[in-house]
Amino acid sequence: MHCSKTLQSLFLGICLLLSGQAIADRTILNVSYDPTREFYQAFNKAFISYWQKKTGEEVAVQQSHGGGGKQTRAVIDGLEADVVTLALPYDIDQISERAHLLPKEWQSRLPNNSLPYTSTIVFLVRKGNSKAIKNWDDLAKTGVSVITPNPKTSGGARYNYLAAWAFAEKNYGNKTAAKDFVQKLYKNVPVLDSGARASTTTFIQRGIGDVLITWENEAFLALKEYGAGEYEIVVPPVSIKAETPVAVVDKIVDKNATRDLAEAYLNYLYSPIGQQLAAKHFYRPYQPEHANPEDLKRFPALELFTVKQHFGGWAAAQKDHFDDGGSFDQIYAP
Amino acid sequence: MTAVNSKPTSLTLTDATWVRATLVGITVLTVGLFLVLPLATVLLEAFAKGWATYFDSLMQPDALAAMRLTLLVAAITVPLTTVFGVSAAWAIARFDFRGKNILLTFIDLPFSVSPVIAGLIYVLIFGAQGWLGPWLAQHDIKVIFAVPGIVLATLFVTFPFVARELIPLMQEIGHEEEEAALSLGASGWQTFFKVTLPNVKWGLLYGVLLCNARAMGEFGAVSVVSGHIRGLTNTLPLHIEVSYNEYDFVGAFASASLLAGLAVLTLLLKTFLEWKLKQDVKASRQAAIE
Amino acid sequence: MSQSHIMPGFRPTLSITLVYLVLIVLIPLSAMVLKTLQLSLEEFWTILVHKRVLASFWLSFSAAALAASIATLLGSIIAWCLVRYSFPGKQLCDALIDLPFALPTAVAGIVMATIYEPKGWIGEWVMAAMGVQIAYKPLGIVFALIFIGLPFVIRTIEPVLQEFDSAMEEAAASLGANRWQAFVKVILPNIFPAALTGFALAFARGIGEYGSVIFIAGNMPYISEIVPLLIITKLEQYDYAGATAIGLIMLVLSFVLLLIINSLQWWLRKRNGQL
Repeated sequence: MHCSKTLQSLFLGICLLLSGQAIADRTILNVSYDPTREFYQAFNKAFISYWQKKTGEEVAVQQSHGGGGKQTRAVIDGLEADVVTLALPYDIDQISERAHLLPKEWQSRLPNNSLPYTSTIVFLVRKGNSKAIKNWDDLAKTGVSVITPNPKTSGGARYNYLAAWAFAEKNYGNKTAAKDFVQKLYKNVPVLDSGARASTTTFIQRGIGDVLITWENEAFLALKEYGAGEYEIVVPPVSIKAETPVAVVDKIVDKNATRDLAEAYLNYLYSPIGQQLAAKHFYRPYQPEHANPEDLKRFPALELFTVKQHFGGWAAAQKDHFDDGGSFDQIYAP
Repeated sequence: MTAVNSKPTSLTLTDATWVRATLVGITVLTVGLFLVLPLATVLLEAFAKGWATYFDSLMQPDALAAMRLTLLVAAITVPLTTVFGVSAAWAIARFDFRGKNILLTFIDLPFSVSPVIAGLIYVLIFGAQGWLGPWLAQHDIKVIFAVPGIVLATLFVTFPFVARELIPLMQEIGHEEEEAALSLGASGWQTFFKVTLPNVKWGLLYGVLLCNARAMGEFGAVSVVSGHIRGLTNTLPLHIEVSYNEYDFVGAFASASLLAGLAVLTLLLKTFLEWKLKQDVKASRQAAIE
Repeated sequence: MSQSHIMPGFRPTLSITLVYLVLIVLIPLSAMVLKTLQLSLEEFWTILVHKRVLASFWLSFSAAALAASIATLLGSIIAWCLVRYSFPGKQLCDALIDLPFALPTAVAGIVMATIYEPKGWIGEWVMAAMGVQIAYKPLGIVFALIFIGLPFVIRTIEPVLQEFDSAMEEAAASLGANRWQAFVKVILPNIFPAALTGFALAFARGIGEYGSVIFIAGNMPYISEIVPLLIITKLEQYDYAGATAIGLIMLVLSFVLLLIINSLQWWLRKRNGQL
């Protein structure tokens, strides 16, 4: 093991050499879900310099990213997040309910139901859109191959599923028809990945499927990463409002004495700079007037409904559709 | 010294050419399909944008922190698992006792525990909602979502590696030589170091190498207890996942190539050591004859 | 074991083994048992006999068994060639064997999917030649598990073959046995216990494998959904007890299977007079 130790100290040396930054006075941990990495990388930089100018204090923001459900469970099981920035209000509800780390009314503490930015669900198709996909009903047609993750393991996939369900219920009139529609749609899904990023990879890297149902921000990011020439974004006339809330975790910030910092951090998301960065990273800002008009042009107008409007809130949606025996299990039952 | 493997030299033991050709053909094909192709894919992806990008992505502070953590975890787990493995092999291969098969099966058990469960059990014990959670929180001790949790999960998944390598080998070799040494008055430790160890050293080395590779490469269990804090609790495999999910394919596969390269390197080292030892023995024999 | 009394070190080694086993394996696993006890017997039974759970158990166990069998066959041949023959590229082959151990399972999954997907290097060819799709089908799981299991088999058999005394083979040859007879009568019985261990390890590892399988399986309920995925699914619903219940069933089943294999091995050894 001697060799390993030498190596280790060598690496330690390299690390210290390279990191080179001053040790921060205080640190907060932001626990988030997968597609926000690029956004928070930029935002944290902006916040740190803002805070230093304002107070003279040198702070650091640590990031943890992963599947939304997994991240939520980690916080419940003791990952000490000062702030959480997650994919569904339901996830933060669970942190409140199961670990009592923040009050039940957390969502009313920040403007716009604690939603500094939102997103929606759109389609990503291959260049030319050979299957002529325009709306949700095109996804259930025979011969169309659809990529979407498993709603049991992915928060984004739950939005996808609920959007399709709500579309069908509105257009075909009742729940039975909606279930038939969703069942037909999922018959067209050849691979159920465990998360939104995995589905993007299946669609782009593996070349499987005619259409990917995904977050709007994820679709734009894919275009940016893989070149706009090969894929097109198709925005359906109606879709779901993807509410991606943020919250301070009270028990943790009180323990770490970081409440002022954590609150300032989240408030900064609502500032003109925060709003501008969110729009730049393909999130629809709460106050579009602060964002760069060029960025806003990318978001087409569409009719959006919320989970609360159509499903009576997340708890009900989760129970009816995604818990064991819910509609998602039923459509797969042989 | 019987340490030198008695490789078949006699002509009567050579297989027919067609047998050799077929078997070698199957070997090359299998290794090619299942091992060379994946490795080639990793390397192709890692060097897709050239050497400079490859090294740049490895020199990222997050990547370096991940390497450091991975080495630290391996440096703690491998010695512990080795000590356990050698004792277990001695007890099981050299003595007969009741419940031996059950003990053996318990040693195998961590293999069949899904990595997901392997991580979950530590969450159930040390998590904030777990049994020891409140007590740990009171005393401000962090186990999961920190280095101790990662070490524990790694200890669990590497548990059988050394023992499982040594036990069949020591049973195969038998205990006649050790008994001879003991009856000639050698102490237990002397017998172990002079007789047992030389006989099993390759098996032991394999076991340690495998254990090390697994300790460094474990993903599932560590993923559950890590918390994924960048630059702090991400091991190299987790860093690979992070990079991959950031569309940084070069970074992901560059880190993967490090782990793969490590495996190939240790094995080449093993081959070299084997050859060197043979040379040494040959030389000493020559000297003895002269 | 007539002379075991002169062999020292039984107490200390067994104590170390047991203490370490209890600390690292048994206490954590007992957490799982205790968590499952939160369920009533009826709830436990309902989880177990759910069609979807049964389908995934069948898939996980049959895919692991098939993959471990193939890995044992191929692995024995590879170990034999590596120990007995010399051929160009042998050292390289030997050095590559441990790759599946070192490659994080998630990377392995991504790489396997790249190779065996319908448009991948091998996938496309197999699709054209045989009309069989590997990736995103149960067959993909078998391929991933062969990859995972192969080094277990090779590295268990290799040392035994290396230590194997060829005097016995020579004796057989000098008594007029042909190569095949020598193989069946002398070599096979000697490597069989190791091969069985290799099979058991590959099989046991295959049942629980998650990271690599998830990328290549397709994960369709009732068709290509493995047990560990069901566990994750339960966890996403914060159903810790349900998740550990499935994990526990998996654990008990593999414990029984491993116990059978270990006992069989012990019996074989005894019959061969090695005890």
